[in-house]
Amino acid sequence: MLSIDPSKRSSLERRICDGDLVIVYERHDKIKAVRVQKGSDFQNRFGVFKHSDWIGKPFGSKVLSNKGGFVHLLAPTPELWTLVLSHRTQILYLADISFVISYLEVVPGCVVLESGTGSGSLTTSLARAVAPSGHVYTFDFHEQRASLAREDFERNGMSSLITVTVRDIQDAGFPDEFCGAADSVFLDLPQPWLALPSVRRMLKQDGVLCSFSPCIEQVQRSCEVLGAGFTDIRTFEVLLRSYEVREERMIGTEGVQDSPVGSLPRKRRQCISRDVNNDSKEITTTTSTIIARPCRETKGHTGYLTFARLACS
Amino acid sequence: MAEEECTGAGHQAPTLAAAPPSPIPRETWEGCSVLLDINDGDRLVFARLSPAATLKIGNKKCSLGPLMGCPFGALFRVENGPGGPYLARCSPSTSAASNNSMQESEKGNTMENNRDNRLLIDNNMAQNLSSNDIDTMRKEGATGDEIIEALIANSSTFEKKTVYSQEKYKRKKQKKYAPKVLLRRPSARSICETYFKKFPARTGFLRVDTLSLLLCMSNVGAHSDVLVVDMIGGILTGAVAERVGGTGYICSIYFGATPYPSDIVRMFNFSNEVCNRIVRIPFSDLCKSHESLESSETLLNTKESSTLTESSSYKNSIYISAEPMNQELDLMEDQPVSNEEMLTLPANSEPNPLSSNSCSTETIDCKHENNASITHEPVNKGRRPPPEIIDLWKTNGFSSLIVAAPESDVGTIVQELLPLLSYSAPFVIYHQYLQPLATAMHRLQNSKMAINLQISEPWLREYQVLPSRTHPLMQMSCFGGYMLSVPELSSVRLPEDEVLNSSSQDART
Repeated sequence: MLSIDPSKRSSLERRICDGDLVIVYERHDKIKAVRVQKGSDFQNRFGVFKHSDWIGKPFGSKVLSNKGGFVHLLAPTPELWTLVLSHRTQILYLADISFVISYLEVVPGCVVLESGTGSGSLTTSLARAVAPSGHVYTFDFHEQRASLAREDFERNGMSSLITVTVRDIQDAGFPDEFCGAADSVFLDLPQPWLALPSVRRMLKQDGVLCSFSPCIEQVQRSCEVLGAGFTDIRTFEVLLRSYEVREERMIGTEGVQDSPVGSLPRKRRQCISRDVNNDSKEITTTTSTIIARPCRETKGHTGYLTFARLACS
Repeated sequence: MAEEECTGAGHQAPTLAAAPPSPIPRETWEGCSVLLDINDGDRLVFARLSPAATLKIGNKKCSLGPLMGCPFGALFRVENGPGGPYLARCSPSTSAASNNSMQESEKGNTMENNRDNRLLIDNNMAQNLSSNDIDTMRKEGATGDEIIEALIANSSTFEKKTVYSQEKYKRKKQKKYAPKVLLRRPSARSICETYFKKFPARTGFLRVDTLSLLLCMSNVGAHSDVLVVDMIGGILTGAVAERVGGTGYICSIYFGATPYPSDIVRMFNFSNEVCNRIVRIPFSDLCKSHESLESSETLLNTKESSTLTESSSYKNSIYISAEPMNQELDLMEDQPVSNEEMLTLPANSEPNPLSSNSCSTETIDCKHENNASITHEPVNKGRRPPPEIIDLWKTNGFSSLIVAAPESDVGTIVQELLPLLSYSAPFVIYHQYLQPLATAMHRLQNSKMAINLQISEPWLREYQVLPSRTHPLMQMSCFGGYMLSVPELSSVRLPEDEVLNSSSQDART
């Protein structure tokens, strides 16, 4: 998934091989991670796709099923992985992930502590940011989730960058060997304030903490505790708004008797239906315009991101 | 797993491998670039530390010498010494109205939150201390804190104010009588925030959350070879270089004869190792050396017959945009802009004889004039990529593309550059206006060169979190730029043979 192994690196030469992870893209909301295995099939409503047909093709290829349907085979990235990973917990999405990595100032070589591991969505992006010489130490109190995450990281070739450990950070704090060793710490815990005294000991001077909490009450309590030992305490909410883009034919005012603004949508529809039959006869001033507007529904809340810097002693 | 169960966390407890040298410098050094935050963001100044560098705060000129060798995050205050004002290190807790307001106000909150402004009368009689009194105190050598205390003691209304407005009062007085300077480390985050706050036009109104998204959507990491079109002052090039480190390449491509200004790259404290990975090349050269030129040409010739004329018009718009940029900058204007190879980068790991002997405060604070003598950094003559690296890109393709070209036809740029990418490589375009991206998206969709394109806009809201007083900040930035990509899935370039025969298979949709 990451470019740390040059032989696996995405390139014009590279072809899909047996054992590769590919992201099967059907539609923007129908994406799946598939491990290519000679002799295996991939099935969806468009038919059966033979893995053996995929081997030898470049990433990004469009491949056909027995019925002539198609899917695209994409090279995996942490962003795609976030969309396809199996949700064992609520996960962080792109807007939050990208902001966390920037604000934590994670760069190659950094040591990052994370709790909990959850489904490993953020962990994967953190690993990309610390590669090749840094490391992400991630902790989860749930044994099964920890080992599932560990398996995922191994399969995705990131075990040299990530260590998963079973530990209750709220209860026990981070292990002592990380005292003063962490460039940044990320917490996604139900009661993050309990872990803050430990975080304070783990961070290097001027190191940054981020705590992700869905509820403002959690933020409130965390900030009360952060007052001691931390500075630059800031809480954010980050969301992403998507836009629809279409090409529309707009009517000018000429040739239209009454064109109050209110009736414009109806007129436009009529215009389009007419255009299907005979293009330019009806209205002479029709022009084609590319128009954009925000999508009507979107995620309204994910969580609050509270950042703080270890105060300089 | 069984092993974990019986041994528990103790066995699994990861051991920290022999710690590599910290990737993030934690202390300043001579010649180091720093960001000085004066009075909680009132002023933000980039400076290069040297014994001769100075900073003017109010009417006082202070040497930046005391900042050398100090940890980032350290706080300084202006003190009056026998040799004039100087910057002295102070701990956050001793500063009169610092950020421990939380605890103080919490105390106040539980005790007496019933005060309000019913007794406050705005008749300018509340302060019994005259400005002459304050001047006398100063002459007698009173510290800023002592003056603030005197002001509070002589204010007839201070005690009647709510705890919150008492805080505010103290903060205001502190800024005037005991200004403080916070030593910050320049990073993509802090540099982007600084420009966005003070001079957003210079970085194309790119907000830090948008920059973060650009970096993630384009899968930037170690060993990536990232193609960038950076017409926003170098902030993009710098941010990508910070993520790539000393491993991959950041190839800054430009159209026309002159590279785009990239002064902001110098604000980062990049090592030579990282600087060597930042290369620049004109589009014409990269294209000539690229095998898939034919395919890109055929594509463009069929789609865009006007490509050539359009690309020559970029040049004009670039020159226009470069002009005011360099006029505004205090110090950077001295950089030779017309020089074809002008990427200037600090070389911090080398002894730097030039910066030590003269003053060099680079500042983006226009009011701060400090052009007495300007240091010319050791200039890493804007490197061109070595031929073998160009060959490597020819066989591998770039791993991703980021375009931030506020005054260009981004659709055409992207169509020209996509053939240089490796298959399935993500790309993302930044723009401060929606319409050019909508047009570019429409064109790309029709050309079938990429799938699942989407335009998105990040939204960022900051909160004040205080006991019983938590709410979103009163002022917020409601615009940080648009991106053409896919909100959660990076757009991909499809192999060319697929492009050609894909149109027949679209019956399904």
